[in-house]
Amino acid sequence: MSEHHHHDHDHSDLSDTELRVRALETILTEKGYVDPAALDLLIETYESKVGPRNGARVVARAWTDPAYRARLLTDGTPAIAELGYAGRQGEHIVALENTAELHNMVVCTLCSCYPWPVLGLPPVWYKSAPYRSKAVKDPRGVLRDFGFEIPATTKIRVWDSTAEIRYVVLPMRPEGTEGWNEERLAELVTRDSMIGTGLPKQPHEVG
Amino acid sequence: MDGAHDMGGVPWTDPVRPEPNEPPFHAEWERRAFAITLAMGMPGGWNIDMSRFARENRPPPDYLSKSYFEIWLAGLERLMAERGLVAPDEVAAGHALHPAKPVTRTLSAEGVAAMLHRGGPTEREPAGPARFAVGDGVRARMINPPTHTRLPRYVRGHVGTIAAVRGCHVFPDSNARGAGEDPQWLYTVAFDGLEIWGKESDPALEITVDAWEPYLEPA
Repeated sequence: MSEHHHHDHDHSDLSDTELRVRALETILTEKGYVDPAALDLLIETYESKVGPRNGARVVARAWTDPAYRARLLTDGTPAIAELGYAGRQGEHIVALENTAELHNMVVCTLCSCYPWPVLGLPPVWYKSAPYRSKAVKDPRGVLRDFGFEIPATTKIRVWDSTAEIRYVVLPMRPEGTEGWNEERLAELVTRDSMIGTGLPKQPHEVG
Repeated sequence: MDGAHDMGGVPWTDPVRPEPNEPPFHAEWERRAFAITLAMGMPGGWNIDMSRFARENRPPPDYLSKSYFEIWLAGLERLMAERGLVAPDEVAAGHALHPAKPVTRTLSAEGVAAMLHRGGPTEREPAGPARFAVGDGVRARMINPPTHTRLPRYVRGHVGTIAAVRGCHVFPDSNARGAGEDPQWLYTVAFDGLEIWGKESDPALEITVDAWEPYLEPA
């Protein structure tokens, strides 16, 4: 897919797509099919409430609470719901544990399946042709695109989200974080580390 | 269907380009397109598999030339046009020209949180036992249906191993056609990179797909 970088335009310079969306919203509102207040709330929810901070809390809890970690890896959906995250595009969540021997990476080659309740909406690159094509064939090449490598001896398992199971990676806890509390640990957990295209931040990166 | 959306393993020379601190939306129209798509699910009455098919069922040049939310928009317009909810002349005119069709439900602001929290679970009570168990060898069937399917081309015909049994789930191939949920056992199937890509493959690569029982045969 092309990745146009659209910019906000003033009224004199609306693209066909912008005009089309505006037309549709007008028609749907006039016909009573949509409530503009509901649209605003949907946008606000995914811009400010649901995002990778949710997943970071799940990971930090798993790093500090062995019983929680066990529940998360056994049955992800209820364990994640314990922290209040559930619902659309996260009805059936499976957590994947990274180890020194195994690195997990998540993709959706057919569209854009992604665990919304814990990560929010997927980034453009996750939905892009280069990622969707390359992740299953050359995942180490993808990791290089992200600026890092893992040892050649580390096995890579790529999870293609072809059904309604949503996958989230439980990354390895960085060394040098002994005694850190959950809140502090959550600061280390990046979105990409929960997709498998990144690693958590190191302690010195968060000061 | 076989289409440009089925991208696994397709050669693509561009690198993956992460955007630092990427926002969820890159333009106001993307926000609105996202929101009307979610909100129209209720009055529209279609299911997620119908939505996916409406997005992917287009000639490859069309699919590949559209940005992600442009595809969503095109899919939404198609679903609405098929059901007589919004006609093309109305989109051209920019406002309603025909009376609204009665719809059973709409999404109110008060209903947003509950709708999102409910989501759309797909697991159903099984009608019978699962055919395969963890560790069984299976071959992904060689199928090329003209209708919606979730078996990616790159695994078709290849042999893998059942890695997990995920329960019995709504079968997209049936649900997308409006032919009922026809729930089927769902498995995570692990394939060796060498089996899928041949001897050029990374020897330490394993790929999993989630596959419904009708996609699989014993190997």
